[in-house]
Amino acid sequence: MSLSVGIDIGSTTVKVVVMDDGVITMKHYERHFSQVRQKTAEMLRLARGAIGERAFTVAISGSAGFGVAKAAGLPFIQEVFATGEAVRHSGEAIDIVIELGGEDAKILFLTGGLEERMNGTCAGGTGAFIDQMATLLDVTTDELDQLSLRAQRLYPIASRCGVFAKSDIQPLLNQGAAKEDIAASIFQAVVDQTITGLAQGRRIEGKIAFLGGPLHFFKGLQKRFVETLHLSPENALFPDLGQYSVAIGSAVFSEQSAEQLTFDELLTRVEDTANEVHSARYLEPLFADEDDYEAFVERHRRATVPERAIESYEGNAYLGIDCGSTTTKVVLISQQAELLYQYYGSNRGNPVDIIKEQLQQVWRLCGGRVNIRASVCTGYGEELIKNAFGIDAGIVETMAHFKAARFFCPNVDFILDIGGQDIKCFQVKNDSIDSIMLNEACSSGCGSFIETFARSMGYEIAEFSQKGIFSQYPVDLGSRCTVFMNSSVKQAQKEGAGVEDISAGLSMSVVKNAIYKVIRAHSADELGEHIVVQGGTFYNDAVLRSFEKEIGRDVIRPTIAGLMGAYGAALYGRELELAETATMRPDQLAAFTHTSKAAQCGLCTNHCNLTVNTFSGNRRFISGNKCERPLGVGKAKELPNLYAYKMDRIRNLKSTPGRRGRIGIPLGLAMFENLPFWHAFFEELGIETVLSDVSSTELYGKGRYTIPSDTACYPAKLMHGHIESLFEKGVDTIFYPCLTYNFDEHKGDNHYNCPVVAYYAELMRANITKLQTVRFLYPYFGLHRPKDFEKKAYQYFKGYYTDLTQREVSAAAKKAYAAYYAWQDDLKAEGARAIAYARANGLQMVVLAGRPYHIDPEINHGIDRLLSSFGIVVLTEDAVADLVEPQKVNVLNQWTYHARLYNAAKYCTMHDDTELVQLVSFGCGIDAITTDEVRAILERGGKLYTQLKIDEINNLGAVKIRIRSLLGAVEERRRRAKRRDA
Amino acid sequence: MQQNEFDSYPVFTEEMKKTHTILLPMMLPIHFTLMKRILNSFGYKTELLENDSRDVINEGLKNVHNDTCYPALLVIGQMINALKSGKYDPDKVALMITQTGGGCRASNYIYLLRKALKKSGFGQVPVISLNFSGLDSSPGFKLTLPMILRLVYAVVMGDFLMLIKNQCKPYERNPGETDALVQRWLDIILTSWSDGALVSYKKMKALYPRILEDFAAIPKTGEKKVRVGIVGEIYVKYSPMGNNHLEDFLLSEGAEPVVPGLIDFCLYCIYNGIEDRKLYGGKMLTSRINGIAYDYFVAKQRDMIEAIKRHGVFDPPMPFPETNRLASQYISHGVKMGEGWLLTVEMAELIHEGVRNIVCTQPFGCLPNHIVGKGMINEIKQKHPDANIVAIDYDPGASEVNQQNRIKLMLANASF
Repeated sequence: MSLSVGIDIGSTTVKVVVMDDGVITMKHYERHFSQVRQKTAEMLRLARGAIGERAFTVAISGSAGFGVAKAAGLPFIQEVFATGEAVRHSGEAIDIVIELGGEDAKILFLTGGLEERMNGTCAGGTGAFIDQMATLLDVTTDELDQLSLRAQRLYPIASRCGVFAKSDIQPLLNQGAAKEDIAASIFQAVVDQTITGLAQGRRIEGKIAFLGGPLHFFKGLQKRFVETLHLSPENALFPDLGQYSVAIGSAVFSEQSAEQLTFDELLTRVEDTANEVHSARYLEPLFADEDDYEAFVERHRRATVPERAIESYEGNAYLGIDCGSTTTKVVLISQQAELLYQYYGSNRGNPVDIIKEQLQQVWRLCGGRVNIRASVCTGYGEELIKNAFGIDAGIVETMAHFKAARFFCPNVDFILDIGGQDIKCFQVKNDSIDSIMLNEACSSGCGSFIETFARSMGYEIAEFSQKGIFSQYPVDLGSRCTVFMNSSVKQAQKEGAGVEDISAGLSMSVVKNAIYKVIRAHSADELGEHIVVQGGTFYNDAVLRSFEKEIGRDVIRPTIAGLMGAYGAALYGRELELAETATMRPDQLAAFTHTSKAAQCGLCTNHCNLTVNTFSGNRRFISGNKCERPLGVGKAKELPNLYAYKMDRIRNLKSTPGRRGRIGIPLGLAMFENLPFWHAFFEELGIETVLSDVSSTELYGKGRYTIPSDTACYPAKLMHGHIESLFEKGVDTIFYPCLTYNFDEHKGDNHYNCPVVAYYAELMRANITKLQTVRFLYPYFGLHRPKDFEKKAYQYFKGYYTDLTQREVSAAAKKAYAAYYAWQDDLKAEGARAIAYARANGLQMVVLAGRPYHIDPEINHGIDRLLSSFGIVVLTEDAVADLVEPQKVNVLNQWTYHARLYNAAKYCTMHDDTELVQLVSFGCGIDAITTDEVRAILERGGKLYTQLKIDEINNLGAVKIRIRSLLGAVEERRRRAKRRDA
Repeated sequence: MQQNEFDSYPVFTEEMKKTHTILLPMMLPIHFTLMKRILNSFGYKTELLENDSRDVINEGLKNVHNDTCYPALLVIGQMINALKSGKYDPDKVALMITQTGGGCRASNYIYLLRKALKKSGFGQVPVISLNFSGLDSSPGFKLTLPMILRLVYAVVMGDFLMLIKNQCKPYERNPGETDALVQRWLDIILTSWSDGALVSYKKMKALYPRILEDFAAIPKTGEKKVRVGIVGEIYVKYSPMGNNHLEDFLLSEGAEPVVPGLIDFCLYCIYNGIEDRKLYGGKMLTSRINGIAYDYFVAKQRDMIEAIKRHGVFDPPMPFPETNRLASQYISHGVKMGEGWLLTVEMAELIHEGVRNIVCTQPFGCLPNHIVGKGMINEIKQKHPDANIVAIDYDPGASEVNQQNRIKLMLANASF
């Protein structure tokens, strides 16, 4: 008779089981709220009855269990290994185990070669992500689960990580998408992330057991897994004790251990560890003492805007609404810009209802005395609110924040706004915006992270931030992104950090992210003398203090920091000089209704996911669209758009059946540049080229399971789908060469491709096992040496096409080069036509500078068409790169595609009517270098720099803000320049 | 945020050879100590940076684009941190950094360093590029043939000591004895290298049996431990600061770390020059020179291997020509950016030598490693189903507990 105890201390919960001869006699499961050791001891006491005085074996597991086991001198078993033990113990014939925890996702392939894997760094925090999303939707996790079961449809949600997923979810909320659908989409993102991150080339099929807390509790998540993996009921196992599997495995494992303990011995050992002191990486406390804090509070208390009681006011007023990512703000100001009314609150996942209440309230307070002349809306929900309530105008949030800060502090040099989702910074010089810096995708959601995190710990944000003020040992939680921060928090908790220390640490992390990743500041002097910080996040004194400490300078935080967007919007309303507002009146508000429905646009191949909002009076507002077409405003005259032009040309490249059969070419990465070359080459040799389908989310999904490295860029990951697409087309030969070198365009020091473009074929060969069933040709060629290419190509291809002759190949090569250069010339001619058109019609031009593969609509998500819809002529980097002399830069200019960027930037500095927007794919290491250089070139030429980081993220909400900010700033500059000239 | 104008930077002049101390970033403690001595014996004043703290990382975060690879962040952070420490007169120091000229970001470290220096108010500090491809020359620092040959000795000796150390330390009966012996031999070698005369290869070679004898004499426990190979991006593979002291962690978990030598990386770089011509055409001369260098290096490695074999106690490394041949079973020799095909074949080599458990280290977001590291694990497992490989990302923000937890999973599945 053997008695054994298994203890699983995970990132969020503790589980204890007692097993008597393989039968569970006691089990318990509880959240530990980072009181790891105390909770473990507490739960052990519950096991006393089941254990009695008998001796037993014990083992500890779990990511937080390692430290405890070590300190207590008890056997430790890695949790994934423990899961394996549990499954082996159960005796069930299971092929694969998928286990999701609070922090980690794990997969075990038990048959067909044992493999045990855990998620990569980006994909951390599965359970924590679900917790946070529930907070975002203002529901409990149980409610989230219930909601998801009633979903009508799924939205595509970026699944790379929690930050990207949130970037897709947040705008959906603001566009009025149904919570049911969002809830299910959140679970789908978890499923997609698990498959992309963990399958790594292996098929997830056979009998699958799903274990761990989230998979045990959330029926909606179970459903998404079953549907996505097409599992039959007998193949999808959700064991009753799923959340105990690690603890069970530990108990089973402990039986091998020689040491027998009694209950008291075990309890003492665990309790003793609770008193241990732990060393994490500490930062300096925020404040030296109470006095220091008091002085700080006093200093900031003075930064106020004039207020006036609305009851005593008569006359004109202006309404500003800031419908932000997580909070909704409303202000009413007088003619003299005094605050008459203010509101700041969480939007609880439904801003429309809140605005309705607020408008009713404002009208009530206005009585007959106050005459609202204009209302202006800003923020993520701008369009929705504007349409719902007849708001007079909209203003991009950056401009609203800028206006407010300037009004507040006319000699401001630098403005930093940390909102829920975005971080925005402006450098002001010579009375106008000198540069705008907006966070890229990875820095998103820093502001709201503190709040959602606080709530998941059971605190309100005010209380949580107050706790951080006097922390003596703030923990260093890193600054890359909130997913990494979350993992670091878990680590700190395991090491015994308290809530105070985490609160202070998070504030510092968010600030460091803003300073080192968004502003890229090196010293306070770069920012200037007068720095205004605003946005709801700065209500948090710990954040404010962290910022002052990190840059080493006092800054100004208006007491209405969180309302500045709304205040700026109201100021803008005042400028409009309208006679009367068209805002919905109380009687209309009383009858106001709002419903939303999801739909898919079928007007082009992009198949945008639309949300159709219907308001009382049968008014409709459609969101989620990337162009004007679904709005039914008729097809606007299409402006020149080189992205569309290039893509169309690729699409129209037709091939003819030839005497030497067919060759499949995946339409991705370098093929967007080199296809004309290979097409002509094979055409001449009598080989018909068959292209994979143009990228889409579905195509991506098909190849997802063979991706070995999830942190590679999206363009690369799409290649797996393209290979699947070629298989569907039944080709028996697939061609995708390895190109270390690119064409030498004599723009830089060398002419490399990036490592991913150069060698992705090697990766595909090694990971897409299907490729072994066809002829996969991935030769190494140097296209920059035409003479050598003729010879090398002949040597290579004659091995596969035995009747080839050198003469044939040479001729084909010549045709190929001619075709490639003609293609390039045509592109440049089209570029010249577009520029001429723009000049003739006085239109703004934007060089959307990226890589050749960025013309893929699934990669750029329709940003080119979005620009067109703003009345902009869209150019590509390669269309203008030859219009200037090669650029000298401060870095090693050794990649062909990237050298074009520098030239394009230079070109923009020479033309007033042309701006540059740089597209950067997540994971592009080389762009860490190019972005700084492109920015330097632009700023030296007095131009603004705009970067759009793109990935799977589908929603263009953040992109729109960036583009509108650029246009707004350009407009503002022009106005000021005109005024100066006049 | 504000960017500097495109402008010139200070160069390391001939006069500076006398006046300036050259600071070298740390990567491999044994090798770099030896290399430093070689540089000194050619009249340079050099110093190895040993600052290793959170401040280094913070300095890196402040000075380098945070999406740049972790090694750049650490190396640059280490240098700026050293300059700020007040230990050095900024007008009397220069910095040295390696540059491969390959297609990965690493070739740009030197430019990022220069930008960072300027931003931090050390614009006057010259940076020397240590490279063999004629990039970015400094008038005051010339790699001469005698110097290159002797740097080769340092690499070979460094590999030799590292290899033997790794095979002794996990089994030593008296903790610390192996490290102490390494230090003793380092001191002996350094003393013999500092007499002003050129280092003699013959004398160095004669040390092999003596060193082997000494290490063999260390009392050992005789237990059997799991051997774990460490491969990856060169900096995080070797530098304890880069990989959160991975070797120490493995030792504490009762494993024997097996770390492939630096010679392999040198030979890999040289071989790429030969392969390039095969694939794409090009100058015969460059290819010839590379061929000579290749043979020279291989011969030096062979001498070391022979010595170990003759002595018969320790396991010698695989001769590089064999490693090279092995590569073609897994990946093309054309993959030459970053660690390229070498990284893949190092995993294969380890498995061929019976080390089935491997930690594949890479900086978060390392481009070449998507292909040659994580991208080839599947290929290796297809050929060796018992391979037990874990890929670990290193980054300033990555949680150490998570890294260790993954390594522990690998160890839980480890076999002898």
